[in-house]
Amino acid sequence: MNDERVLVFRNVRQIFTRGEQTLCALDDVSFDIVPGQVSGLIGPDGAGKTTLMRLACGLLRPESGTVHVLGLDAVAEPQAVQSAVGYMPQRFGLYEDLSVQENLDLFAELQGLPQKKRTVRYAELMHMTGLSPFTARLAGQLSGGMKQKLGLACALLRAPRLLLLDEPTVGVDPVSRRELWAIVYRQVQEQGMSVLLSTAYLDEAERCNEVLLFHQGKLLGQGPPNEFSANVQGRIFQVSAAGISHRQLQARLAQSPNVIDALVEGETVRLVLEQAGLPTAESLLPGLDNVTIRPAVARFEDAFVARLKTRYDGVASAGGLNFHIDVNDDTEVIQVHKLLRRFGDFVAVNDVSFNVHRGEIFGLLGANGAGKTTTFRMLCGLLPASGGKLSVAGLDLHAARAEARRHIGYMAQKFSLYGDLSVTQNLRFFAGAYDLRDSKQDERVEWAIETFELTDYRESNARDLPLGFKQRLSFAAALMHEPEILFLDEPTSGVDPLARREFWARTNALAEAGVTVLVTTHFMEEANYCDRLVIMAEGTVLAEGTPQEMKARARTTDNSDPTMEDAFIRLIEQHEQNKKKIDNRKAMV
Amino acid sequence: MNLLHIFSLARKEFLTLMRDKRSRIIIIVPPIVQLFIFGFAATYDLNDVPVAVYNEDSGGASRELLARIEGSPHFSVLYKISSDDEVASLIDDRKVLLVIRPGQNFSANLQRGAPASLQLIIDGRNSNTAMIAMNYLRDVVLDFNHEWQQEHGKTGPPVQLKMRAWYNENLQSQWFIVPGIVGSLMLVVTLLVTALSVAREREQGTFDQLLVTPLRPVEILIGKAIPGIVIGLLEATLIIALMVWFFDIPLRGSIPALYLGILLFLVATVGVGLMISSICTTQQQAILGAFLFIVPAVVLSGFTTPIANMPEMVQWLTYLDPLRYFLVIVRGVTLEGDGFILLFHQFWPMVIIGMVTLGLAGWLFRYRMY
Amino acid sequence: MNARLHRLWGMIRKESLQILRDPSSISIAFVMPVMLLLLFGYGVSLDAKNIPLGIVIEQPDTAAQSLAGAFDRSEFFRPQRFAAIQDAKRALTERRIDGILWLRNDFSNRLLSGGEAPVGVFVNGVDSNQANITRGYIQGAWLAWLQHFATSRGQALDLPVVLEQRVWFNPALSSHLFLVPGLIAIIMTMIGSLLTAMVVAREWERGTMETLMVTPLHMGEMLVGKLIPYFMLGMGGMLLSVAMALFLFDVPLLGPFWLLILCSALFMLVSLAIGLLISIVTRNQFLAGQVALVVSFLPSFLLSGFLFDIHSMPSWVQLITYLVPARYFVAILQTLFLAGPVWPVVLTNVAAMLLMLLILTALVVKKSYKRLD
Repeated sequence: MNDERVLVFRNVRQIFTRGEQTLCALDDVSFDIVPGQVSGLIGPDGAGKTTLMRLACGLLRPESGTVHVLGLDAVAEPQAVQSAVGYMPQRFGLYEDLSVQENLDLFAELQGLPQKKRTVRYAELMHMTGLSPFTARLAGQLSGGMKQKLGLACALLRAPRLLLLDEPTVGVDPVSRRELWAIVYRQVQEQGMSVLLSTAYLDEAERCNEVLLFHQGKLLGQGPPNEFSANVQGRIFQVSAAGISHRQLQARLAQSPNVIDALVEGETVRLVLEQAGLPTAESLLPGLDNVTIRPAVARFEDAFVARLKTRYDGVASAGGLNFHIDVNDDTEVIQVHKLLRRFGDFVAVNDVSFNVHRGEIFGLLGANGAGKTTTFRMLCGLLPASGGKLSVAGLDLHAARAEARRHIGYMAQKFSLYGDLSVTQNLRFFAGAYDLRDSKQDERVEWAIETFELTDYRESNARDLPLGFKQRLSFAAALMHEPEILFLDEPTSGVDPLARREFWARTNALAEAGVTVLVTTHFMEEANYCDRLVIMAEGTVLAEGTPQEMKARARTTDNSDPTMEDAFIRLIEQHEQNKKKIDNRKAMV
Repeated sequence: MNLLHIFSLARKEFLTLMRDKRSRIIIIVPPIVQLFIFGFAATYDLNDVPVAVYNEDSGGASRELLARIEGSPHFSVLYKISSDDEVASLIDDRKVLLVIRPGQNFSANLQRGAPASLQLIIDGRNSNTAMIAMNYLRDVVLDFNHEWQQEHGKTGPPVQLKMRAWYNENLQSQWFIVPGIVGSLMLVVTLLVTALSVAREREQGTFDQLLVTPLRPVEILIGKAIPGIVIGLLEATLIIALMVWFFDIPLRGSIPALYLGILLFLVATVGVGLMISSICTTQQQAILGAFLFIVPAVVLSGFTTPIANMPEMVQWLTYLDPLRYFLVIVRGVTLEGDGFILLFHQFWPMVIIGMVTLGLAGWLFRYRMY
Repeated sequence: MNARLHRLWGMIRKESLQILRDPSSISIAFVMPVMLLLLFGYGVSLDAKNIPLGIVIEQPDTAAQSLAGAFDRSEFFRPQRFAAIQDAKRALTERRIDGILWLRNDFSNRLLSGGEAPVGVFVNGVDSNQANITRGYIQGAWLAWLQHFATSRGQALDLPVVLEQRVWFNPALSSHLFLVPGLIAIIMTMIGSLLTAMVVAREWERGTMETLMVTPLHMGEMLVGKLIPYFMLGMGGMLLSVAMALFLFDVPLLGPFWLLILCSALFMLVSLAIGLLISIVTRNQFLAGQVALVVSFLPSFLLSGFLFDIHSMPSWVQLITYLVPARYFVAILQTLFLAGPVWPVVLTNVAAMLLMLLILTALVVKKSYKRLD
């Protein structure tokens, strides 16, 4: 029966032309989605996920092929489809200058939710999303996670039969992510709703009933997530070795012939091999003693990487960077002492202190709005501090002369190179800004294009690059002048797992070469790459230490091997409880 | 100051402006199209003013005078009417601007040597047009009088005015307006180029990236000012060439003085643009800001209406307007044949405006960033 | 049908809330008209007063002094005496005076001997309009003096044809009576198109358009929902401008108030539709703002007949003026304020604006569809 299936794609092709380039966003895609389950669209950047979502909403017209949504033809009757489905676009699509309540009211009117039912439905949704205390707040002042929950609430006002969510969890902290998933599952269980969502987080794929794996516009496979991981079962191992840092261990393993993927995971390195069968220590790491190799349970991510990673050239060296840094010098390059920043009455950063040694990768972790970016901006000299002391390479960059900034490289959270300029023009500009002249300038630009594999995009406008390439370009621009200290603000936000691996391989190599790296991230598993880190919430530091120490704190009897995410959530919960206690005490007084 | 920094930034600014086709078009096409349309449209001279004639006189003299009026390129007689009622409807409905009515005994009075009256009813809704039409008609009548007196052997009035206009001998308003359009268009283009440049970078987050490089505020300032000035110079050259060759406006004075004027004017407007840009955080604000500057700057510059007619307080305001000085320079060089010395007092105020606005913009780069 | 009204109401409420939250919309609608009208109302004037006039009297005797006296007494001139013509010419070159009246050595002799005494007049012709006006004033002062001179000698001034002029609607030929109503048209064009030029582009840029599209909301409902609040806002600004014209600038309103409001409403719709069209086509605030600026200010300033007579433009330019909505509104405003309800003028211009509105609406509808490509 046709009505059984909520979404049917048949031979759908979608082509975009941009200037002279044509891009095949979807190539002969056919699939059916049955009702009452959560289906995940998984794939790296440029796989065609967003295009598919938009086709399913009737927002785009396919080049050829048919799209049926809830039995309606999305090409012939887009308005009918748009009236029937619930949709949340990738970018926050609500009005930031309206309050939570006003946004709800607007969408209730638009979706024709009867007046009588509103009070009950609002209460239900606000309770479910935990937004009840904030109904009067402007949407623009909500945290990233709360915004997404509000977006979801607006899409759910009238309980659509099919809910389409385009990367709902991008840029959302782990606590909010868990809550979002809980809401989605409640809809499926209680209302029998069908959900199609796309995501770049592979751990989320395992929470779906069914996964559609996309790559470069092609559907590679459809099925339950464990079906995918079953394919790589027996090829996954955890390796640890004494007397070698986990970063070096990972770099060495990555270059072993049989290895498809090597990922730092706590103190061990997780391997995906080409062939099944326990490898010998000698074949993997010749010349190392005390190597332990244990088989591990395959995850969806392993299957994903095994499937999509066609080449691995392991960018393991600093890529021709000429750093004149004494690797053994262990001075504290960044010192932060009781840093304070106020915006009016609001304290964004409160009493933050930490030190970073030369050659360290130091992480700042926290949810959105925890004060990471503000701290960052103060360190780069973009924002004066309201109080406390800070020094970067011995200077306060806000007060220091412009030349002092030559020591640092900076990669902003948002892609912030010039979109109208080509890749080469962008690089050339930054080379000039950092005083690289004539042949030296050409040399560095060539270096960047080669090292970061941007050759195919030399003359493309930066705006038109796929996300992963934009990130490479930003990274290259920040490295043009071979800085001693690198500031990376959420460098991997929204970037797919393959690009993230590549990014970290480069960063590791830089750290090995003696570059000091200060990085913020909300991907908890990435914290494993850091030598040390602080976890921030509401402008204060909750904990400082190595990743191992952090995880050790979260170890309980139920959970003997907690992940970084568990550790983070636990810390946040403790912080909330403390706050409540203090509030209660205040209330009693 | 580091020349490489400035060069890199200026090149980047040029590329941002010129790589995108739409933004290239918006910089180049509208000024030229506007120069053409406005150059022809904006004229106070009247041609073919619609006129109705209500002739109650039957003599030859009135016919001769009316023939002269009809023969003038300024008037075209559209209606010949024969009753009072028609006068009102023609003027009310804007079918004619004026009604000419020789009195009943016009020719007879004239022959007798008694004053013959020529009545004129004019639509004053646009007082300026009315006044100009009246002036034209007065000239025709004075000519007629003069010739009549000569033909009939009479002496004219004891004192004769011998009028001569300097610089714009035929009093063509195109000669006055077109140089004004040149100035206004340059103002609009340079402001649009510069007013958005910092605001756009702020909005897109690239300004932070710029501020963490070793570029100093002065270097950013100069690098961002150069494209505005260069584009302005090229555009000025183009539209001044069009003005001279297409609109036949004379270029009588010193061209170096004109270019000094253009340069200083561009520095001043680029300064204003960058100042607006660095105050604003979004492009929308910057557009509004540019708008709020352009409109009064054009109106108060003496472009279409003389500064001398404004109330004194408003006249003081005009001293802040760089266009005011520039218009005197353009008109001075083109029509009056001025050189450096006569224009000195127009140069220095623009230097001051430029210095103050650029200084403020540079300071704001660093201190207004959150 | 009920659902449709609900959706419309939802849009209107949302748009109104956004206007209230965003001070820039309110300032465009209310602060800008006040500021511009004050600036223009006082700044734009064609009434020359105190024209600096150099008077050169080479032989200061009674006759010469008496002619110069006529200029001293005129409210239009601020005369300055020069001893030699060279000094006066220098002053003219240096822009210290706008004209010269030159009475030569032999002025009195030739006057009293019954001959014709020529008087040299030079005006700076750069501002041709101003020069024409100055010339007219000089002729006026000269005729008045001739009359006076003739009477003082017991003669009648012998002029064959005497002009008797009667100016209707604005007898004093005061320029701000016609400039202020025209300015209202220009200010409202800019405000109308700027207000809406940004609004749809903003939805595209902020990504909210995508969410709106995947709801039962129809494109038409969205546009109407957006238009109504901005229409109210624009009309508020319009009323404020009219009030200023009536009470601050003392322009008489001879036509009925309701007709003025009706025509203004129609014109407001046309301006808003232009802004909307720009916004829909560009989908980008930066471009929308630039285009709105280019199509609104200078064209309505120069091509509406507000300042420059449309009849005198070359015919191809006259054709272009038909595309400028301010042209129609300026005609209506000047008539309604100064002449009263002259139906043929009002109706033809209203019809033209209606036609424009129709075409613009058709274009807006054609250009706006619920798809992203």
